[in-house]
Amino acid sequence: MTILGPIIFGSIMVVPIWLTMREDTELKKIAVVEYDTYNKPVPDSVLFFKDVIPNKNNIKFDYLSNIEFDDIKILLKNTDYYGFLVLRQNLISQSNGVVELYANDQPGLYIEQHISKSLQTFLYQNKLLRVHLSPKMISALETNISLKTIKLENGSFREEKLTDLKRGVGYAGGFLIYFFIFLFGAQVMRGVIEEKTNRIVEVIITSVRPFQLMMGKILGIALVGLTQFFAWVILTTGIYHYTANFYLQDQLKKQTEQTAPKNLFSQDSTIDISAEASGPKIDFEGIFGYVHDLNPVLLLSVFLFYFIFGYLLYGSMFAAIGSAVDSETDTQQFMLPVTIPLIVGIMVMMNAIMDPSGQVAYWFSIIPFTSPIVMMARIPFRVPVSELILSMSVLIITFLIMVWLAGKIYRTGILMYGKKASYRELFKWLTYKE
Amino acid sequence: MALFEAQNIDKSYAGTKALDKVSIHVPEGSIYGLLGPNGAGKTTLIRIINRITAPDSGVLLFNGRVYTKNDLVNIGYLPEERGLYKKMKVGEQVLYLAQLKGLSKKDAMDKLRIWFKKFEIIDWWGKKVEELSKGMAQKVQFIITILHEPKLLIFDEPFSGFDPVNANMLKNEVLELKRKGTTIIFSTHDMSSVEELCDHITLINKSKTILEGSVHDIKERFKSDIFEIEFEGNPEALQAEMNENYEIIELSPLPYNRYQALVKLNRVKKSSELLRTVIDKIDVRKFSEVLPTMNEIFIRTVSENPISASHE
Repeated sequence: MTILGPIIFGSIMVVPIWLTMREDTELKKIAVVEYDTYNKPVPDSVLFFKDVIPNKNNIKFDYLSNIEFDDIKILLKNTDYYGFLVLRQNLISQSNGVVELYANDQPGLYIEQHISKSLQTFLYQNKLLRVHLSPKMISALETNISLKTIKLENGSFREEKLTDLKRGVGYAGGFLIYFFIFLFGAQVMRGVIEEKTNRIVEVIITSVRPFQLMMGKILGIALVGLTQFFAWVILTTGIYHYTANFYLQDQLKKQTEQTAPKNLFSQDSTIDISAEASGPKIDFEGIFGYVHDLNPVLLLSVFLFYFIFGYLLYGSMFAAIGSAVDSETDTQQFMLPVTIPLIVGIMVMMNAIMDPSGQVAYWFSIIPFTSPIVMMARIPFRVPVSELILSMSVLIITFLIMVWLAGKIYRTGILMYGKKASYRELFKWLTYKE
Repeated sequence: MALFEAQNIDKSYAGTKALDKVSIHVPEGSIYGLLGPNGAGKTTLIRIINRITAPDSGVLLFNGRVYTKNDLVNIGYLPEERGLYKKMKVGEQVLYLAQLKGLSKKDAMDKLRIWFKKFEIIDWWGKKVEELSKGMAQKVQFIITILHEPKLLIFDEPFSGFDPVNANMLKNEVLELKRKGTTIIFSTHDMSSVEELCDHITLINKSKTILEGSVHDIKERFKSDIFEIEFEGNPEALQAEMNENYEIIELSPLPYNRYQALVKLNRVKKSSELLRTVIDKIDVRKFSEVLPTMNEIFIRTVSENPISASHE
């Protein structure tokens, strides 16, 4: 798991990009053929759609003239063209036009999208030209809005930057905690069940107290979890950076250059009217410049706190469940109260990254069973210290109560065999004296 | 002197009595059998002896003093379901468990080497427990239990699941330990091993002690003064000697003109008198007292015991 985990995680990040890249490395030529309104092929001089679709990621578009429609089948077989894009000139007068791509196999979604998007942009601008709007006026029609949030904090305004990145960080943090609680909580439970069914527990508790054994199990697995977590983080970032540096960097650059669809007015326009071109460009330096705004030390320490205490809280619950049953199949009836808050937590977290200071996010980041997950979504957006302290203290106190209760259940549970434990039974165990 | 003593132990679980005024006296150097049907309270008693659970009331004495947590290093316990951590290596595991019992790493290593050689499992030191056969795992378990040389050993159903070879090996080890002065308590259903090994027993039924004492005393108590006479000659000659004091309760022919007779004695007569009376009339080949087996005593006491009805 220690090695496999990061490889899997790294792959999840890299493989999709790599796959797209790989597909792109083989050159695909697409022939664009044009027919007039009477479905007759047009000569080169009257090609209406010539150079409308820009080449992209190893997809090359050739604009052919005088191709009979009936010949396409033969040409597709006998030439190295990947496909034939059939455009009819009456497209310009339609509001829902259909174009056909004849190909040997199913083209990727990105090819389809690229073609239709380029055609749409072209036709949109062409139609505007037809109603005698000058290119200047057309460009003046376009407005790009980006919203900048400025929060009033301690009497002064502070601009909220990198909202998307913060959401990403919050999401990743919350999800990691959720994932690790499940993974290692279940490991605690399985460990307890193993010791119990083995009855090795009876040998061990003649040497240590049941509570010590339970805490030892929980803390031991916590350390395994932390080690694994750091190993994962280091290896995953390592794998990601390695591949990103050596492989993806150029591709990424190429991609941003090429995403801009061909612009009819690019030559004479001083104002860039294509929002696409400037939009998705990623400013890497910018990101690193702003990371300070995210305060990595605070983020990491808060993350570790919730990571550890969230795990401890749930770990003690898992230990209690493990002690109450005879086999893993019997755990189901007790799992619900553990899994439901975790799932609620992850659901609320997904909303909280959109509305980090809303009422829902606030309350669920105080409730200890969901706070480790939900607080992760809030913390990149600055949480008042008082709220953070409140949430943390509630979590610690709940953990202490929970571990005390779990200890009582555990103490009795590990020595009970063959008795099907019910909630009532568990409650009775709480009242047993040592 | 009793190494371990429990006096008037009471223990209830949520209103159900698991032990009701149970007392045991385990003499030093003896093998003490803890008998009783399933659910009688044996496991609870064993757990109390191991300090896994505490009694509601009653006194526990170890070596004549009040039994405390510190005495646990002098106790070795082999639970019924002998499990080990499956994924752990044999060597790591035995070292860990030995150190839990207070042995230093070096001591533990030295002792383990001796035992592993003795049981011929030294090659399995680096293997995972899940790779061991059941018999080998049982050997490992046994070593763990006795490694710290406890004064008192507690075996819960030690012979269940052992194949005859290993069971025999275990019996010999138990006797060897006894010879070295170790006191052993074991709970069992296997009455033949009780006959073979136990000096003292306690029979628990429905949370109560219904029988306690040395095997010899108990057998004396339960015997019905029946003597077995194996002889050659005319059975009628024996029959002629019978009167109100002697009574043949069974007469069965054996091969080669021999007979076996079971004769019940009236309490006032001694066995030597019976022998003297019959010895001139028949050719006595064998004369012995018929003692009840522990199995008979067990079944008789458990099924007849009147106090068993007082519960439930």
